[in-house]
Amino acid sequence: MRRTCIDKVHSLAKRDERVIFIGSDLSPGLLDDMKNEMPERHFMEGVQEANVIGMAAGLAMEGYVPYVNTIATFITRRCYEQVAVDLCLHDLPVRLIGNGGGAVYAPLGPTHLAIEDIAIMRALPNMTVMAVCDAEEMARFMDCSLDWPKPMYIRLAKGGDQIVSRSELGFSIGKAIPIREARSTAPVAFMSTGVMTTNCLAAADLLEKQGIDASVLHVHTIKPLDEDAVLQSAQGARLIVTVEEGIAIGGFGSAVTDLLTEKRVQPLPQIVRLAMPDAFPEKYGVQNDHFEICGLLPEQIAATVAEAVGASDLAS
Amino acid sequence: METRVDSVDGKTATDVPSEERSKYLRRLIVRGLEGGERGHIGSSMSLVEILQVLYDDVLRVRPDEPKWRERDRLILSKGHGCLALYALLADKGFIPLETLDGFCRRDSILGGHPEFQKVPGVEASTGALGHGLSYGVGMALAARIEKRDSRIVVVMGDGEINEGSVWEAAMCAGKHKLANLTAIIDYNKIQSAGFTRDIQDLEPLADKWSAFGFAVAEVDGHDVAALRDVFNLLPIQSDRPSAVICHTIKGKGLSFAENDPTWHHKSRISSESIAEMYEALE
Repeated sequence: MRRTCIDKVHSLAKRDERVIFIGSDLSPGLLDDMKNEMPERHFMEGVQEANVIGMAAGLAMEGYVPYVNTIATFITRRCYEQVAVDLCLHDLPVRLIGNGGGAVYAPLGPTHLAIEDIAIMRALPNMTVMAVCDAEEMARFMDCSLDWPKPMYIRLAKGGDQIVSRSELGFSIGKAIPIREARSTAPVAFMSTGVMTTNCLAAADLLEKQGIDASVLHVHTIKPLDEDAVLQSAQGARLIVTVEEGIAIGGFGSAVTDLLTEKRVQPLPQIVRLAMPDAFPEKYGVQNDHFEICGLLPEQIAATVAEAVGASDLAS
Repeated sequence: METRVDSVDGKTATDVPSEERSKYLRRLIVRGLEGGERGHIGSSMSLVEILQVLYDDVLRVRPDEPKWRERDRLILSKGHGCLALYALLADKGFIPLETLDGFCRRDSILGGHPEFQKVPGVEASTGALGHGLSYGVGMALAARIEKRDSRIVVVMGDGEINEGSVWEAAMCAGKHKLANLTAIIDYNKIQSAGFTRDIQDLEPLADKWSAFGFAVAEVDGHDVAALRDVFNLLPIQSDRPSAVICHTIKGKGLSFAENDPTWHHKSRISSESIAEMYEALE
């Protein structure tokens, strides 16, 4: 996914002279082809996120479209005021590409985990927040990114992620994708973002074997939220399940529940929010270890849902 | 120079003795303070001659075409000194003079910090300190890419350059040898909490900028002729960015406010206090 994203920056730059790449202190040789081909539009500026964001803003004020790339936690937390003021207040089309969203950098510990990136980026006016689910969807998204008029945060997954997106479902920024349709009128309605869509699809398959019907709405654009799609998916659901690789506070599930309460959806289905806890992770290991710790593996998601559905059935 | 608005008694700026013109601009600042009953007084007064010389003699700008592509860009990174910028923008005709009367009022375009979407001639929204030099780096790189000879001038405060982001930007400007970029420091030696030497000493300031790859000049920031000499020679060296350290007096022009940290910002300014300021600027 990262390679696809970065290579796309180069191909976009070939077809549009407004495109600029700015990296911080990334892998040696990253986008060397672009550097050789168009050195005036390829920058590697070192470990100075605050300046890099402001510099990108200055370029965008002059009409350029900078794609800025560094580790997710540093491009969000480290320079939050620059992102807020330089990009969002000025409403500039700068793209922030965050490597290792969520628990990708698990072995490196809590300084490198971007578990609240969605929440803090979502809180900023004018910001668009993206978390696609695989490399193929990344390619489709990047083609759409060039002319998007707003600042944008692009969360990258681990890489080599299972391909679950389908080109026939199309792609449009701000338009959620019903990636698995329900077969009944009162299904479990999964809503997920990023690679959690993959886990939700697998969980839905497991639930099907237990006779529990589930739909999956893939919300690659967390902000602006596709309100119609979320409300339609919620309509008549026996249970809404939001699933995300990040903290619950202010995250994707929060965006969904904000909408449901704001629109005063009645009757409001029962909602389960699966996310990471309000804590800095204490363990290392790999991304999947953290999914397991947080109950985000497919079989865990399925078990949680089956239990919730059972409880719900008993209550009714 | 582009067309400018008559400012004092129907005379153009260049016809008016510089001291008289500086007083006139300071009176415009007081007009804003009167309108808003508040404002960063000391921080604005120290900037007057710097901005006066830039707008009168150096910057290529068009008040009737503020987004003219070939223009020079001035970013007031110390956004709290905006009353001085508003005074120049009003004087030059970017905004009507009457706009000053609405400073900080609910529906005004002139806030306590300047916003680029609202005020013609304001290049960037500033107020949070330590952002402007990075904008300037980006703008200077854009001019270089386009082979456009626009010059980028970033005016910073001395307290402002406590921020680490300023030095990130300085390092970056030095690396790219941005000769079309000038950093100006309004070195009035006082920040909000007190004297800079006590709060966060900046010395040796010229050496710092020099070490970051800038060609450095120091000048009396209230000496119009000296400012003209320095600014008209920019870039100081053709292969690197310039830094001009302007030694100024906080609250300059108001004898009772000069060099007094308590005049950094005032709110609920009384009409009597406004009258005293006008009197001092007769």
